[in-house]
Amino acid sequence: MQTFTVHKGIVAPLDRANVDTDAIIPKQFLKSIRRSGFGVNLFDAWRYTDHGEPGMEPSTRHPNADFVLNQPRYKGASILLTRRNFGCGSSREHAPWALADYGFRALIAPSYADIFFNNCFKNGLLPIVLSESAVDRLFADVAVFPGFALTIDLPSQTVRTDDGSLSFAFDVDPFRKQCLLNGWDDIGLTLRHANEIRAFEAQHLAGQPWL
Amino acid sequence: MHARTLYDKLWDSHLVREEGDGTALMYIDRHLVHEVTSPQAYEGLRLAGRTPWRVESIVATADHNTPTTHWDEGIRDPVSRTQVDALDANIRRYGAKAYFPFRDRRQGIVHVIGPENGATLPGMTVVCGDSHTSTHGAFAALAFGIGTSEVEHVLATQCLITKKSKSMLIRADGRLARGVTAKDLVLAVIGRIGTAGGTGHAIEFAGDAVRALSMEGRMTMCNMSIEAGARAGMVAVDQRTIDYLDGRAYSPKGDLWTRAVAYWRTLVSDEGARFDATQLFDAASIKPQVTWGTSPEMVASIDDRVPDPDRERDSERREGMARALEYMGLEPNVPIADIRIDKVFIGSCTNSRIEDLREAASVVRGRRVASNVRLAMVVPGSGLVKAQAEAEGLDRTFRDAGFEWREPGCSMCLAMNDDRLEPGERCASTSNRNFEGRQGAGGRTHLVSPAMAAAAALAGHFVDVRRLS
Repeated sequence: MQTFTVHKGIVAPLDRANVDTDAIIPKQFLKSIRRSGFGVNLFDAWRYTDHGEPGMEPSTRHPNADFVLNQPRYKGASILLTRRNFGCGSSREHAPWALADYGFRALIAPSYADIFFNNCFKNGLLPIVLSESAVDRLFADVAVFPGFALTIDLPSQTVRTDDGSLSFAFDVDPFRKQCLLNGWDDIGLTLRHANEIRAFEAQHLAGQPWL
Repeated sequence: MHARTLYDKLWDSHLVREEGDGTALMYIDRHLVHEVTSPQAYEGLRLAGRTPWRVESIVATADHNTPTTHWDEGIRDPVSRTQVDALDANIRRYGAKAYFPFRDRRQGIVHVIGPENGATLPGMTVVCGDSHTSTHGAFAALAFGIGTSEVEHVLATQCLITKKSKSMLIRADGRLARGVTAKDLVLAVIGRIGTAGGTGHAIEFAGDAVRALSMEGRMTMCNMSIEAGARAGMVAVDQRTIDYLDGRAYSPKGDLWTRAVAYWRTLVSDEGARFDATQLFDAASIKPQVTWGTSPEMVASIDDRVPDPDRERDSERREGMARALEYMGLEPNVPIADIRIDKVFIGSCTNSRIEDLREAASVVRGRRVASNVRLAMVVPGSGLVKAQAEAEGLDRTFRDAGFEWREPGCSMCLAMNDDRLEPGERCASTSNRNFEGRQGAGGRTHLVSPAMAAAAALAGHFVDVRRLS
């Protein structure tokens, strides 16, 4: 997994609550059996005015000029600022795959849906929770300052502007933080406990032999 | 020992180890696998040179991409076919306890086939790369959806890295009125607590109204826990749970059955067990529900009107409502019963079981689908549900009324196969999500119960099913 330590990037604002994973990556793109290549179809129904299907050549698509990611000032954005309950609905990991493949490294919102939140950490994508008021303030500043960028410092758990005008602390689960900082593979970590799992399993199946 | 909730008991009995910060390794008993969220997990396993830890835990089927007509022609869409072929190949290579491939007599929606084959049992941890895995909690199992990385993790280690959730009790006391179903109850719950109301929680559904539900009804409620934000929903074991499982293909038999039942009867929340949150509902006051927006929490009773965003004080909610009404092509203050529909979909892991089909058929019997309804379709949840319905003559009832009777699968719940809405089409659907584009780009979904979907098909618009019968 890609490590995450300190990241500075342009912030793109998606000013909607309850953005669901069907909107992040529509179902027709879930037919792929690969983990990569979803970025061009991120937010497909909002991002293009024509209907997208797998395998379409991106240069032939019709971008929706009104959609935030198509606005020149947010070109190259790597931090997505959004509203509460982001990533609700389907468990599809294609959603964080699409966000990461597009180039996002971090998300900032007041809350996320549980499964999506969990899936982000497996893909080197950091979902940061800030208060509603902090998020409001960031939306206001992004609107006013073209090229608005933030530095996300995972070791010190802060989000800040380079000029020091804004700085917010954020919480992150200590285990997940270590995994991101070190790029650890969960499976490798778990298999260090293989003997313990085997012992548990033997006892568990002996107690409930119908399992 | 202190009083424990059902969730506490399920958690404790699967805890392999726990770190000081609460990070835990949880053992997984049942791993359900379908074609959409598993290929990348099997590929990861293969690239790392690993093999599944316990093949006996895996039950697999193809459901999302499979067509519901012309099975003799196979899967025509080459991209869909590749995904189903990949599942076939992975199961061939790595094995499974049971695999119900495309066109198998027992193929069906993964959340239908687990319970109906006795592959979902009380006391189990059940996972699947699918958010509606919460369905299986109806059997007092701890069941929840996971992402593909976690699918790979479970394949490789039989465990998940997780932390304990908070607990929420949703108690519905009293009796549901005639014509009001589990679907209406769970939509009313979501309408009150919201789509993030259960975030971070495992929900236990309890109370007289839940106890009175069939296992199918309990599955409908647990299924939509995720639409309330909760990864897991569950119902305690009672006699109905045990009766349902007796004699199923993978249920224990003989002496093991007796031992299992004795254990299962302990799978209830203890008297006095504490929940982190509690929500009480008066079942008798709930009316048939219809969603009007693009989130399951945007729901109203059949005798209500489409809400007016101008009367909403919270600006974020007001904008969300206005956007939803624009997408849905609805004006504020229009009576819900005046909304005319183009299509009807009866199916999905929420409402495609035999009882759902009986409920819809009883409304339809002897009547005709309205002329403005272009397509009314019934998609049974599995081959076994379909066979049972045909044995009871339900297929004739539907066909005589003008419904199409299809082959089993996920179908138009998420429209990964050919079953979908065209832009602007409006559908009465027994599925679980009314998100923008969910049933087809530009499609407009109204979530309802099977009885309400059937009634809407006959009337051509939403109608209070209680007035029909």
